[in-house]
Amino acid sequence: MRRFATAWLLTALIAGAAHAGMKDDPLLLKGMIDELEWRDNGDDPLIWDAQLWIGKDLNKLWLKSEGERSDGDTEEAELQLLYSRAVAPFWDLQAGWRSDLEPGPERQWLAVGFQGLAPYLFEIDTTLFIGESGRTALRLEAEYELLFTQRLILAPEIEANLYGHNDVETGAGSGLSDVEAGLRLRYEIVREFAPYIGINWEKRFGNSADFARAAGEDSSDSQWVIGIRAWF
Amino acid sequence: MIIHDKPSLSRRRFVTGAGAATLLALGGSRLSWAATPSQASAPVLRGRQFDLNIGYQRVNLTGSERIATTVNGSLPAPTLRWREGERVTLRVTNHLAHDSSIHWHGMILPANMDGVPGISFAGIKPGKTYEYQFDVRQSGTYWYHSHSHFQEQLGLYGAIVIDPAEPDPVSYDREHVLLLSDWTDEDPANVYAKLKKLSHYYNFRERTAGELWRDIREKGLTQTWNDRAMWNQMRMSDRDLSDVTGYSYTFLMNGQTPDAGWTGLFKKGEKVRLRVINAAAMTLFDLRIPGLKMTVVASDGQDVEPVTVDEFRIGVAETYDVIVEPDDRPYTVFAQAIDRSGYARGTLTPDLTLSAGVPAMDPAPTLTHGDMGMGHMEMDHRGHGMGAMDHSAHHSMDHSAHRQPQIGSGLAGYGSAAAIRHADTEYGPHVDARAEAPQYRLDDPGVGLRNNGRRVLTYADLRNRYPTLDRRDPGREIELHLTGNMSRYMWSLNGIKFADAEPLMLRYGERVRITLVNDTMMNHPIHLHGMWSELETGDGDYIPRKHTITVQPGSKISYLVTADALGGWAYHCHLLYHMPGMMREVRVVEGAAA
Repeated sequence: MRRFATAWLLTALIAGAAHAGMKDDPLLLKGMIDELEWRDNGDDPLIWDAQLWIGKDLNKLWLKSEGERSDGDTEEAELQLLYSRAVAPFWDLQAGWRSDLEPGPERQWLAVGFQGLAPYLFEIDTTLFIGESGRTALRLEAEYELLFTQRLILAPEIEANLYGHNDVETGAGSGLSDVEAGLRLRYEIVREFAPYIGINWEKRFGNSADFARAAGEDSSDSQWVIGIRAWF
Repeated sequence: MIIHDKPSLSRRRFVTGAGAATLLALGGSRLSWAATPSQASAPVLRGRQFDLNIGYQRVNLTGSERIATTVNGSLPAPTLRWREGERVTLRVTNHLAHDSSIHWHGMILPANMDGVPGISFAGIKPGKTYEYQFDVRQSGTYWYHSHSHFQEQLGLYGAIVIDPAEPDPVSYDREHVLLLSDWTDEDPANVYAKLKKLSHYYNFRERTAGELWRDIREKGLTQTWNDRAMWNQMRMSDRDLSDVTGYSYTFLMNGQTPDAGWTGLFKKGEKVRLRVINAAAMTLFDLRIPGLKMTVVASDGQDVEPVTVDEFRIGVAETYDVIVEPDDRPYTVFAQAIDRSGYARGTLTPDLTLSAGVPAMDPAPTLTHGDMGMGHMEMDHRGHGMGAMDHSAHHSMDHSAHRQPQIGSGLAGYGSAAAIRHADTEYGPHVDARAEAPQYRLDDPGVGLRNNGRRVLTYADLRNRYPTLDRRDPGREIELHLTGNMSRYMWSLNGIKFADAEPLMLRYGERVRITLVNDTMMNHPIHLHGMWSELETGDGDYIPRKHTITVQPGSKISYLVTADALGGWAYHCHLLYHMPGMMREVRVVEGAAA
């Protein structure tokens, strides 16, 4: 955790120096809350998915975080600190560190992946993680935007997680572990701020599903969501 | 907001959207108000000695008060009226908290008078005065603006009108300057940052699901898919016309908002000369005066063979002079932004109490495959581009007697015969497209103006009023590609941005051809300082001279340059937020090997 705090502080300090004269490539800071939403199941959890980058046109430092809180407890929390380098017109190579803080025990991973825009305007984020004790994981994310109007936008997205080995303590099963699909309809009051409603569907597969059932949880779930999307 | 810019109390003025209120009390120049108060134009300064004070100015163009950067407290800056053959002295004092500068756009002058910080001189430090002095060796309509930071966006621009030493070949009874610009309440540095973070931030004309459904019903699924596949594969928008739009911009005519409207008077039976200047930071305008034919008599200050049109597109930094002969009734001067997100408006009227209706804007244009530089698709747009074909056929017939060579033959006046080549530096994450088969599109009025039922000016219409002075064929050719990555908002030439580029060396006295290839989906108005850009429109005997040349998306264009001005000169795209990257220094040196 301290690692990330230091990185964050550094980031904030560098950001203070942004906005010089008419340079073609100024140092910029962008913060994005892609999802901050309440879901309508049981304990009404609050879900977040946020990123921050600082950098220039081709080289950036990314901080990514996602997680879940309910009843005042952090149920899930994950942080990534990545160096991002543009390698193609629409693609960035990203490499760095991922830390799973909750649910315990903490897991540390090296991360390497590609983030960018695929033909037909699909936003893709795909990352390979290598952890301790030979653990491996792969995450694939894709998102699309369908404009009903210039401000009313439907965003389908899908995320899949795969693991190399079972991790009984965290409930991750080998092979395809879980898939999450969402459909969010947002209204951009301004570009930087949009409330949304949507539905979210999650399903665990294979060993992950078994682990969930053993823990007394459902292996699949769908919820209504309501939230906000914002950036600066 | 501009946090660091504190207004100078002694120069606080208030300019409202509705009002005239451009006040000035500074400087020792002789000055006079424009002909009538109704015009609400910039004040006119005449003579040989000018004191120009760059300072802060409170303005209110949108309902919110902002701080503009102005000359002598006026937005636009005062119109400078010179006479060909005279020597002018301009003492420019910088009252800003930052460096500043003034560049005399289109003027042929010594390199150290050109006003580009880092190339011509060191800029003007806060509190300092720089004395510009040069001989005026040309006549016509030009303009001046800051070449520092993004000050031009905040109001630092004005008109220059130079009366010819000899009698003007164009006769007219009255004249008006029509200076077009785009105003934003935002801090320009923030505009630039937003474009870097989300390049389509200002575009509210994107394709929607409803349009998709309509297209499928009208054209069928296959045709709709084919129409859009290329754009989707390239991850680009065919509705990407302007980086900054009416979402942020208020478009101004002589500093007046469309609501307020600038008004110019004429008397019944008069021939009126309109000196149209595009002083916008980012906006190309399509100008017309419903009910009036316009005869174009000059482009970029230089006389051209008169050509009568209904409408013309004016790129950023270009100027056109037109003659109109209005009847005894009011007319609306209507200048739509290229993306139709707004317009600048004025009125020409014989009577202050009369005004004319404002037309509806044209539909938002959609880029074609031709605009993407797909040569084989070019036939398509020409196929239904009958208007363009008709007039080009007509045009070439007029001069067929002495017009044997073809465009692209390599002869002076006809463009390059060389094959297009993409440099290695054009490949990488910083460049998102390369035109496959860029064409000369001189007779193409451009996206949004094709087949609109009006006679629209094209570059093919431009012929010099006087014979070509330098009759040499070019000794060599330089090919430059206008490149960029739209979504990362990076701009460059040949894939190399200004900060990383070597100067472009020209040998003093040589005649070169520059061929610009536009590998992007945007129009880029390219401005060469210090020397004329002689646009090859298909007549070697009467090559028109320009200072700024708009290169259409996916097209190529050629012009000749006689390197007759020693020193370093700026050469760049005149879209303000493209300029930091899409720029070169051109250095003219004696006897150097090219």
